[in-house]
Formats: sequence, C-alpha cells, structure tokens
Amino acid sequence: MSLALFYLAAAVAVGATVLALTRANAAHALIYLIVSLLGVAVLFFLLGAPFAAALEVVAYAGAIMVLFVFVIMMLNLGEESQREERALLNFRHWRLPGLLTALLLAELVYVMGNSVSPIPSDAVLPKQVALTLFGPYVLGVELASMLLLAGLVGAYHLGQHFLARDRGYNN
Amino acid sequence: MDTMLIPLEHVLVVASILFALGLFGLMFRRNIIFMLMSLEVMLNAAALAFIAAGAHWQQADGQVMFVFILAIAAAEVSVGLGLVLQMRRQMQTLDMNTAIRLKG
Repeated sequence: MSLALFYLAAAVAVGATVLALTRANAAHALIYLIVSLLGVAVLFFLLGAPFAAALEVVAYAGAIMVLFVFVIMMLNLGEESQREERALLNFRHWRLPGLLTALLLAELVYVMGNSVSPIPSDAVLPKQVALTLFGPYVLGVELASMLLLAGLVGAYHLGQHFLARDRGYNN
Repeated sequence: MDTMLIPLEHVLVVASILFALGLFGLMFRRNIIFMLMSLEVMLNAAALAFIAAGAHWQQADGQVMFVFILAIAAAEVSVGLGLVLQMRRQMQTLDMNTAIRLKG
C-alpha cells in the first residue's frame, strides 16, 4: 500500500515540477513549485524520514518559497499586478495545483485514518538525526552557520539600496 | 507500512527525473527567477537521493545531509534573489542574455 502512495506522490511531484518550469508566469510557476515540494515531503515521510518531511514543508515550501513570493511581488507592482491578482482569483488558474494538492491531502487523510502508525516501523527518528547532527557532524553545523552568516551579509549588501530608499535617504 | 517495500532504485529514478527536469529548466529558461527555481528543484532532487539512501541503510546521515542542503538552499536563494533585485534595478530586465557581460 505504501508503494502505491509512493508512486502517486512521485507522480504529483514530477508533474508539478514539469508544470512549474514550463509556465510563463512566475507566480503560477511558484504555486506548482510549492506543490512539487509538498509532494517530495510526502515521499520523505513514506521513506521513513518524518523530521525531513516536516522540515521540507516548514523551511522549504514555507520559508524559502516565501522569499520568492516577496521578490516576485516586489518586481511587479501597480496596475499590472492588480490585473494579475484579479486573474489569479479565476478558478481555472488554480484548478490544477488545487487538484494536485488535493491528491496529497487524500494521501495524508488515508495514512492518518489507518489503524497502523503512519510512521514506518523502521523510520529514522528525529532523536537519531539530532545525535548524528551534533555528534560526528558538528563541524558541518558550524560551517552551515558560517555559510548562513555569509548569505545574510551578502543579501544585506545586495539589498542595501532598497533598504536605504525605504528609510528616505540616498547613499 | 515498511519503508523496505519501496525499492531504492525507484526512489533514485524519481530523484534523477527531478534533477534532469531542473537541469533542463536551468538550460532552457533565460528568466533569472526561473533559473533560481530550477536550482531549487535540483537541490531538492539531491536531497531526495540522500534521504532515500539514508532510509535504505537505516542511517541518520541522509537526514543530516538534508539539513545541510536546506541551509545551502536558504543561503543561495537569499543571495540569488538579492542579485535579481540588483539586476532589475540596473538593467530593467530579468533576461540572463542581457547580463552575459560581467562589467558594463
């Protein structure tokens, strides 16, 4: 049964990715990309990585995709984007992403309603991940924090102009 | 519900398909936002391969690598989107073909 769920989620992920990368409109592509990430999160869950699945939804489909949304919204302001928004409320634009997400929701409801525990018996649980992450991989954690700091500094430097404009002075 | 029911090869095939889609997207699209999205898809496919291998051998290392990939993706996206904003400001376009010269 887990196998059928796996193939369904994989099909949703691949289909949503194809649709995401062939859209002309960046906002539409983003919706499909989020569906694709949710599909991959279901794959992680079925593979026995519940912690990674949760991180995929919260950090990837949540935080990182929100950055894309911010930038896309920043780039097209005004009348054009208002017309865009009105068009997005049209049912036919979110019919397909809605259907794909509904498939994933159906899988979730099915797994939750099952009497068997939704987490596979041989899953790698968060405790093990944490012990490995802060045990042999602690140097990697330090390097990741340095990388994130560098990313923060780089993003601040590149976005400086926009920050300065909002505060009302030029530099 | 046993993870062993899912063959490792099938997961790797899905990960390869996703990676190939990202690569094709990166090569065919010229809009810098779509190129960044393609990079995300490729990183995600690599993460799927790591998770699949970790699940196959019952090791936590796969998920540890996923956490690192997440950190890399976050850093890459923040700097990449900063570059998108700069490119838009300086060239009034998001087309990569107009930004092929590093200076000028």
